[in-house]
Amino acid sequence: MIAVQDRKLALWNIGVAYVAFLIGTLGGLLQVFIRNDALQLPAWLDYYQILTAHGVLLALIFTTFFIFGFFITGMSKSLGSFGPKVRLFSWVGFWVTLLGTVMATAMIIAGEASVLYTFYAPLKASGFYYVGLALFIIGTWISSFALVGHYRVWRKNNKGQLSPLFAFMTITTIIMWIIACLGVVATVVFQYIPWAFGWTDTIDVELSRTLFWFFGHPLVYFWLLPAYMAWYVIVPKILGVKVFSDSLARLSFVLFILFSIPVGFHHQLTEPGISNFWKFLQVVLTFMVIVPSLMTAFSMFATFEIAGRKNGGKGLFGWFTKLPWKDIRFTSIFIAMAFFIPGGAGGIINASFQLNEVVHNTLWIVGHFHITVGTPVAMTFMGLTFWLIPYLTGRKFTKSMKVLGLVQIITWSIGMVLMSTAQHLLGLLGAPRRTAYSGYNDHPSAMDWFDGLLTNHVTMAIGGSILFVSAMILIYIVVMTMFLSPKAVEPKDMVDFPMAESDMSRTPKWLENWWIWIGLAVLLILIAYAIPLSHMIQHAPPGSEGFKTW
Amino acid sequence: MHLHKYEKIWLVFGIVSLIVFLSVVGVSAFSQGHTPAGGMDTIDPKKVNETAPFDNPGVTQLDDDTYQVAIVALAFGYTAPDLKVPVGKEIVFKVTSTDVVHSFTIDNTKVNMMVVPGRITTKSYTFEKPGTYLILCNEYCGTGHHMMYTEIEVYEE
Repeated sequence: MIAVQDRKLALWNIGVAYVAFLIGTLGGLLQVFIRNDALQLPAWLDYYQILTAHGVLLALIFTTFFIFGFFITGMSKSLGSFGPKVRLFSWVGFWVTLLGTVMATAMIIAGEASVLYTFYAPLKASGFYYVGLALFIIGTWISSFALVGHYRVWRKNNKGQLSPLFAFMTITTIIMWIIACLGVVATVVFQYIPWAFGWTDTIDVELSRTLFWFFGHPLVYFWLLPAYMAWYVIVPKILGVKVFSDSLARLSFVLFILFSIPVGFHHQLTEPGISNFWKFLQVVLTFMVIVPSLMTAFSMFATFEIAGRKNGGKGLFGWFTKLPWKDIRFTSIFIAMAFFIPGGAGGIINASFQLNEVVHNTLWIVGHFHITVGTPVAMTFMGLTFWLIPYLTGRKFTKSMKVLGLVQIITWSIGMVLMSTAQHLLGLLGAPRRTAYSGYNDHPSAMDWFDGLLTNHVTMAIGGSILFVSAMILIYIVVMTMFLSPKAVEPKDMVDFPMAESDMSRTPKWLENWWIWIGLAVLLILIAYAIPLSHMIQHAPPGSEGFKTW
Repeated sequence: MHLHKYEKIWLVFGIVSLIVFLSVVGVSAFSQGHTPAGGMDTIDPKKVNETAPFDNPGVTQLDDDTYQVAIVALAFGYTAPDLKVPVGKEIVFKVTSTDVVHSFTIDNTKVNMMVVPGRITTKSYTFEKPGTYLILCNEYCGTGHHMMYTEIEVYEE
């Protein structure tokens, strides 16, 4: 059991995450019913306001707070209790992040920021929305540096040793996050805030988009890497085996520092201001993350096979039936991984240069991120929640909770299969994303989109409703395990943090020489961005004034 | 660093497929001209209506086989009078915006262009089938985003 103060810190982070989850999923439910014209919003509420809240609260707030709750717990568990300074800065980071969240959310609710979570200029929200976003990022940096400080203390006391795998992976994720945020901080602080408060008249739109996507793509790896940490470090322990290969796990993580950042142009493939050469170069760099992804897939299935055979599984696939399918901590994460197979394949399609034109900004993209961040990441976090909260509160995870957890995971899977399949197919037909109900004046081709067996408004609405039910079951589990379930007194009722052993004896030391990886990352960023970005700045058109079109 | 034999096979297979795949995409892009919408031209977003070709939006025949279509996108529509183009000819679309970011997307085609104020997006496309095509905006641009559309008629000569 980790120190009481560290538990409190982690629980506050997780608590905020699930408040955001509650409001965010409610937004999702409203959206599917507005889109099929079954629900009329009152005049003071707008579809795009709900859409902004749904995106910001789930993709940014839920994920980030949960990730820090997970990191804090795991760092305290693997490196020892936090010192007073680390604890203080973790709290400062938490409150600054929360302040930013509250400011941005208040602006969305007030209708001053219906600009979606991508906030593309020259849509101009209230300046306080951008200040809120900046505080949010700065807060995560403070929390990040607190964890880095904790790690440095450990390194100083354990000279010449490799750090535990969990800590190594946390630091990798944090390094990537800090470098990635430089882009969004630059655009928000130097472009949006002066412009939104009227200190400057105009904004360079293409530059702001490019700086945003410098951040926007690694953001998805900031969600994914903590899920990968669960897959690498938590799953083997649940299965009763060791980490498949310590060096392989570390290598795949550092590759993400290198290849998740210099790739933002693949979100800008169909826009002007970037020449084809630089777009294609970043497409190539984008695909490099396939290598660590394949390494991860291999490690996972190797772990499953080793565990299944240990349990008496025979033959080519016999081990598969011997996995602990009744253990909700495992089954949830296994389903999450299964969703990532079509999710990752869809990502390859999206980034495939000219092929992007077929899917760009269609509902396909919405389907894509619901089976990447919306399931592989979110469901891994759910699978962690089932033991993480009881571990932190010292309460039981009762039989009825286990059953409910299973129901929750299964309903989420069914809802997501229905909704995301409909979205993918609708997108291929051409239906745009981010739209309220529209038949484009009953244009025949728009009518055709929604006329299929799976491609209709009903499938999406049924899927969305099942997902909402599932989300409410999860909220119930969270509330119970946080406040109401009976305390675990007997040792057999205590919920543990499953952290697998990892054999470091053959892991090369250079893997933990961060300057190598930061240096290479900076080099790749310079190669990918220096020339096109300076061209963009030097040949900038007159800037744009702000518009409030909502 | 130790790698399992099967893992080596798996990674080599993955990396080779990656190289093949990227080569196919690259050759198709740069030797056959299958590149996405783009362009490096800039424009003053406040002077769009007095800058060529947007001072005269709509269809212009450039030569026997090429037509240019100049479009201005703005919240929530397109200033493009009466879009009619022939089937089987190269159509060069040039689009810009006078306000926020939009898209110019023609349903059932590969024309899917981001429209950024201050920039001119260009895409060349040849229609293979006649008909009336739906044009819509698929980048969020405000309250009326889902009402932003128009049509283009592709006729047989």
